[in-house]
Amino acid sequence: MASSMARSFLQVAATEEVASPLRVVQIEGLVILKIIKHCKEFSPALVTGQLLGLDVGSVLEVTNCFPFPIREEDEEIEADGANYQLEMMRCLREVNVDNNTVGWYQSTILGSYQTVELIETFMNYQENIRRCVCIIYDPSRSNQGVLALKALKLSDSFMELYRANNFTGEKLREKNLSWVDIFEEIPIQVSNSALISAFMTELESDTPVKQCDYDRLQLSTKPYMERNVEFLIECMDDLSMEQQKFQFYHRSLSRQQAQQQAWLQKRRTENMARKAAGEEPLPEEDPSNPIFKPIPEPSRLESFLVTNQIANYCNQINGVAGQNFNRLYLMKSLHDN
Amino acid sequence: MAAGDRTVLQFNSPSSAILSAKVHPLVIFNICDCYVRRPDQAERVIGTLLGSVLPDGTVDIRNSYAVPHTESAEQVALDIEYHHNMLVSHQKVNPKEVIVGWYSTGLGVTGGSALIQDFYSREVPNPIHLTVDTGFRNGEGTVKAFVSVNLSLGDRQLAAQFQEIPLDLCMVEAERVGFDILKKTAVDKLPNDLEGMEVTMGRLLALIDDVYKYVDDVVEGRVPADNNIGRFIAETVASLPKLSPPAFDKLMNDSLQDQLLLLYLSSIARTQLGLAEKLNTAAQIL
Repeated sequence: MASSMARSFLQVAATEEVASPLRVVQIEGLVILKIIKHCKEFSPALVTGQLLGLDVGSVLEVTNCFPFPIREEDEEIEADGANYQLEMMRCLREVNVDNNTVGWYQSTILGSYQTVELIETFMNYQENIRRCVCIIYDPSRSNQGVLALKALKLSDSFMELYRANNFTGEKLREKNLSWVDIFEEIPIQVSNSALISAFMTELESDTPVKQCDYDRLQLSTKPYMERNVEFLIECMDDLSMEQQKFQFYHRSLSRQQAQQQAWLQKRRTENMARKAAGEEPLPEEDPSNPIFKPIPEPSRLESFLVTNQIANYCNQINGVAGQNFNRLYLMKSLHDN
Repeated sequence: MAAGDRTVLQFNSPSSAILSAKVHPLVIFNICDCYVRRPDQAERVIGTLLGSVLPDGTVDIRNSYAVPHTESAEQVALDIEYHHNMLVSHQKVNPKEVIVGWYSTGLGVTGGSALIQDFYSREVPNPIHLTVDTGFRNGEGTVKAFVSVNLSLGDRQLAAQFQEIPLDLCMVEAERVGFDILKKTAVDKLPNDLEGMEVTMGRLLALIDDVYKYVDDVVEGRVPADNNIGRFIAETVASLPKLSPPAFDKLMNDSLQDQLLLLYLSSIARTQLGLAEKLNTAAQIL
């Protein structure tokens, strides 16, 4: 929160027209239910959908959403997809639903959503809409009894870097950007109209027996943890591959430097000999020599994304382990009694 | 009802014997939202219900959308093209959901409803009519489901009668997780795992307290004993697996150790990430 305030101060100082930074995303209960239903029906396949709503000051209100059909092949159905979207927006407009696109939602498995495609989709959306969010829903975590809903946004500094397509170490050190800064998570608020909350309070079954959600107290979280650790291991492999790329780059760079020094020495001795013989000295650089060709530094984007994923998995493992502790102690106390 | 030559007024039971209906809370949310957004001159909202018919005859209502309509004293006009467009769009996403009926807000069933019911029965053999009372006329919000039943006199069909069928609000587990949040008008933040745990454990504790109190009351004679409940409680208590204390302790400690191991692993992974980060960006190129 403090960092977003610091950035907004910078924005105020830099531009005259101030766009207040996005602080909170306000979602209606209707949208949450729709997202849950859509993602759950098609799990484990990944699905996406569009979010509609209003952009008010520092709050982004999401009031409705509609799902996208699953695309089989991309060629013919490309036009179909666009038609579907237009059709839905038109129909929803007729029943007075807010017609503004404010982002999209997608489902994910075990939180493995940080991919390059996500970033690209963000950039596509950002061109047309000033502020957009992506809501990530994880149906596998909801089986554990947690509503795993997150609102994400790309941080501004990262977006600038991405547009310049420049991820070298120097630039990153300049901007002080680390892997934590790519995605910004925005807190979610839920709002409901009074009518709906009246209905729900009414219709909820009164018996406390039905109210208790037993799924949360289940002791068998092993399959979930196992899959989490598996994904973690895979990501570690990816990370070590990226590290190897960097090592290779550094090694070849230092080798090139050594070659350059050797060549420079040779040139200098040659020049001294020539000076002694009274001829013109040769230039100390030779751009046509392949030793001087600069080696491109590998992009750090992948490694950042992988690092983000790993952090995510670790967080999830921590969360579930914490819950498990609670459950185990509960079981112990019940057994003692 | 005298038999013989006299023609009798017959109530035909619905042909496919629809016994009851189940509705998901999403449908009610949708209907309320459409009602709140209705154009100023409309008094009620009409729309289509989507879902499926389960093999045992119950109708599962899963989704809905509003259809613009105009209503006057004598007639009702429904935008059929809109209805078809929305149906096609919805079916692109979920081809398994078909029309199962229609809904309208307002308490009773009015005259115009029969015409609309007729229209929908041309699409689906036995449409369900759902009324959602948004006006809270009875002092509470009532949701009722009706099926149309044909009244025939001899061979001629006289009219159709709306007959109420039992309606059940069913919730999938994932929806129930968020249900507490969805009840209130505004929630500041979504509860995270541990808070949810706390709430569930609190509820469990309350349940156990209730059972305890009940047993106490029965023992002291304040409440008449009900054998069924007593047997049920005895069964529940007996279903706890009987483990000797050392075996149970070992089991628990093993699980605790597993969890601690996982926590340690994830902490190491994070430390590794921190190191890698420093090495990557802080590397000075000589």
